[in-house]
Amino acid sequence: MASQEMEQLVRRDYKEGFVTDIESDTLPPGLDEDVIAFISNKKGEPEWMLEWRLDAYRKWLKMTPPSWAHLDYPPIDYQAISYFSAPKRPEDRPQSLDEVDPKLLETYEKLGIPLHERAALAGVAVDAVFDSVSVTTTFKEKLAEAGVIFCSISEAVKEYPELVKQYLGSVVPQTDNYFAALNSAVFTDGSFVFVPKGVTCPMELSTYFRINAENTGQFERTLIICEEGAQVSYLEGCTAPMRDENQLHAAVVELVALDDAYIKYSTVQNWYPGDEDGKGGIYNFVTKRGDCRGDRSRISWTQVETGSAITWKYPSCVLRGKDSKGEFYSVAVTNGRQQADTGTKMIHIGEGSRSSIISKGISAGRSNQSYRGLVKIGPRAKGARNFTQCDSLLIGDKCGAHTFPYQEIGNSTATVEHEATTSKIGEDQLFYCQSRGISEEDAVSMIVNGFCKDVFQELPMEFAVEAEALLSVTLEGSVG
Amino acid sequence: MSEETQRFLDRLAEFRAGRLETRGQEPTWIAARRQAGAARFEAMGFPTRRDEAWKYTDVRAIARGDFALAEDAEFSQAGAAALTLPIDAHRLTFVDGVFAPALSRLDDLPAGVSLVPLSAALEENHEAVGGPLGRLTGVEFSPFSALNTAFMEEGAVLRLAPGTVVEKPIILQFLSRNGAQPVMSHPRILVQAGGRSQATLVEHHVGEEEAANFTNLVEEIILERNAILTHYKLQEAPLADLHVASIHVEQARDSRYTSFNLNLGGALVRTDLISELNGENATCDFYGLFYGQGRQHVDSHTLANHNAPHTFSNENYKGILDDRAHGVFNGKVVVKRDSQKIEGFQSNANLLLSDRAEIDAKPELEIYADDVKCSHGTTTGQLDEEAIYALRSRGIDRQTARGLLTLAFAGEVLEEVNLDAIAERVELAVAGKLPERFNLAGLVEAAVAMGDE
Repeated sequence: MASQEMEQLVRRDYKEGFVTDIESDTLPPGLDEDVIAFISNKKGEPEWMLEWRLDAYRKWLKMTPPSWAHLDYPPIDYQAISYFSAPKRPEDRPQSLDEVDPKLLETYEKLGIPLHERAALAGVAVDAVFDSVSVTTTFKEKLAEAGVIFCSISEAVKEYPELVKQYLGSVVPQTDNYFAALNSAVFTDGSFVFVPKGVTCPMELSTYFRINAENTGQFERTLIICEEGAQVSYLEGCTAPMRDENQLHAAVVELVALDDAYIKYSTVQNWYPGDEDGKGGIYNFVTKRGDCRGDRSRISWTQVETGSAITWKYPSCVLRGKDSKGEFYSVAVTNGRQQADTGTKMIHIGEGSRSSIISKGISAGRSNQSYRGLVKIGPRAKGARNFTQCDSLLIGDKCGAHTFPYQEIGNSTATVEHEATTSKIGEDQLFYCQSRGISEEDAVSMIVNGFCKDVFQELPMEFAVEAEALLSVTLEGSVG
Repeated sequence: MSEETQRFLDRLAEFRAGRLETRGQEPTWIAARRQAGAARFEAMGFPTRRDEAWKYTDVRAIARGDFALAEDAEFSQAGAAALTLPIDAHRLTFVDGVFAPALSRLDDLPAGVSLVPLSAALEENHEAVGGPLGRLTGVEFSPFSALNTAFMEEGAVLRLAPGTVVEKPIILQFLSRNGAQPVMSHPRILVQAGGRSQATLVEHHVGEEEAANFTNLVEEIILERNAILTHYKLQEAPLADLHVASIHVEQARDSRYTSFNLNLGGALVRTDLISELNGENATCDFYGLFYGQGRQHVDSHTLANHNAPHTFSNENYKGILDDRAHGVFNGKVVVKRDSQKIEGFQSNANLLLSDRAEIDAKPELEIYADDVKCSHGTTTGQLDEEAIYALRSRGIDRQTARGLLTLAFAGEVLEEVNLDAIAERVELAVAGKLPERFNLAGLVEAAVAMGDE
């Protein structure tokens, strides 16, 4: 690939960078029990929720940040972060799009996601997270008809306390890891989805995240429950405005699938990766875990990661149920000075459980990327199967691609396969295309596209378009 | 500091006092290094499973042991002969770490070859040995390398003059005795292969059946330009032996290092094999086979450091685990910045014969250059039912078919072995270890008979 194009690619500016000027009701930086009480009070939470948060906070104080990841960043000052920011007028939330703050709609316009149009065209219900409070939820009536609950987690705490009590923290316990503990203490918003027995959610559910107010860490908490035989596809996508100071994002996502349930969770992540020197990008420490509790349940993670200065993310599946199935499809693109340490964990507990992992990493510029995965086969997981493939593509001689797969196999009837390759775009592949009259740029674009195809085809239609667009911004745009 | 660390340090104090009494002052640099090793060991203590490099290996069996140091190298000639590999070779034998001249054979060393016990090498010309010693495997490497440095006393020094081609294999034999008290030994091996030299080094660990000793080996191997070394490490130590080995290889341009890491014995076995590919066209091949049964724990860590462009590494490790055995494989390929045109391949396959056996595999790639071809694959599973069916359709019963296929699985590594005596010995050992349900007894006898003819 011509070095000039690589230059372009490295220099590309963040297209979505801007700060929307909406007054925020923001706490001063700092974290103590009073801050947590403030958040809880602001959300109008019941007493047990506050207790749960404080419990997590006290545990967090005793924990130390993980240092095992292949990442290099200065220590985070948790007292320099503001833990709450809500758009004004949280009391009288708009009930329809007409009532929505026009500035917010404008924000969506800038992002190229006209909310009403998108909602109408794609039939997607959008629970838009703008800073930490849900501003609008569409298609709620249609979902209610099917019996599906789709609301913000704060609302769920108030409206469906029994469900939240039963499932919150049951997949990712408070003390699971440092960032999960922090999230449990200070989470401000996120989505709650409950699909009752036998119901197939009539539409794909989607949330767009925006991190907005300066210096505000974003702590989302998402909880999705599918009862017996229920199905849901959930889409998560994010962009964020340009800024100077690093932003911490520590989300927790918990999925619970009971017998025969199927949850498909797709993510497109395009947060601000920082400038050329890697300054100012988002720190993304996410804990995502799905629990295949029921027999024949299935959880599928698909992610396209193009943003963030630092990504620390391992969407996992606990395959407890008999014949349950876990899937992980990932495309991660890093550029500039981005660092990504991402992968998955497949914990096979149930008999006949299966999992497949397809991970594609593309590193360019001076970025570093690691695949870190664990496949664990418990002694009772008879006949368990796993197939893992992780391929890395290197563009430029200053980047790095690393693979750290762990396999712990304790059952002789299990079959576990792992394959990994690392290479650059083959000269022979380029030559082959060019000899057939395809320009070098198109050839590179074709090859990169083909490299990611296995993952892209797992994305829901609406997202596939965006993912390809994102990839073209990150890589193909600069070579095509 | 833990009680366990203290026990080893107390032993070290006794050892040093005893040494001073019998052999007088040692050169200052040795004393200083010993001190550095002790200090480092004291600071680190024994590794725990919280240390990433020891995540799957619990060394408490070593830490809790109370090991003396062997004082003599007595071993019956007949007993030793039964254990010795039937290979016409130059041989150094150590009994519980102590050099045994009576069981060694150094009479017909060709010109250009120097093979001496470490103690003698240090006595003759300690300065020449002192330079390279500890350069590759320093006290920082692990608590065990620090401990080895602190106790450094005996071992082997092999030097090949430039252009020397050694026809016969060189065998370093380590015998483990069954004594009243378990003993520990800290052998140290230094190999300096000059430019264009060629040799085959066989390291053989074996012993009396009931022995339960601790061997903590450190090996440093330096290959100069164009040197070729084939290194067999045949570890068939008694089933209660504890074995830790840290092998560090440094390769100059055009050199070739081939390692066979064949692990059959030992209760707790940990091998660290590291090659530094420092010159263009340096190649390393790592072959490994481990067989675990009972409660054996076999841990193999390998690392190929591609420090120069146009370097090649290739790895194939196979593991067979039965009963409650626990296998660990950790293979790593690192490509440094600007080390372009690299090829690094890694393959690991494991066969679990029992439901209580466990394997933890971690094949890693760490790559900082773009013009590379690196891949790794690892599989764990059972024998292919179709292959079993194919054999059964030819009138072979199921058990025998399974046995044959398991042998064939090991055979993929063994067919690379050029020393027939070693390949046969390992194959027979594997066949002999295969559970009776595999019904191979008749075949083994037939094979032995054929071998005797």
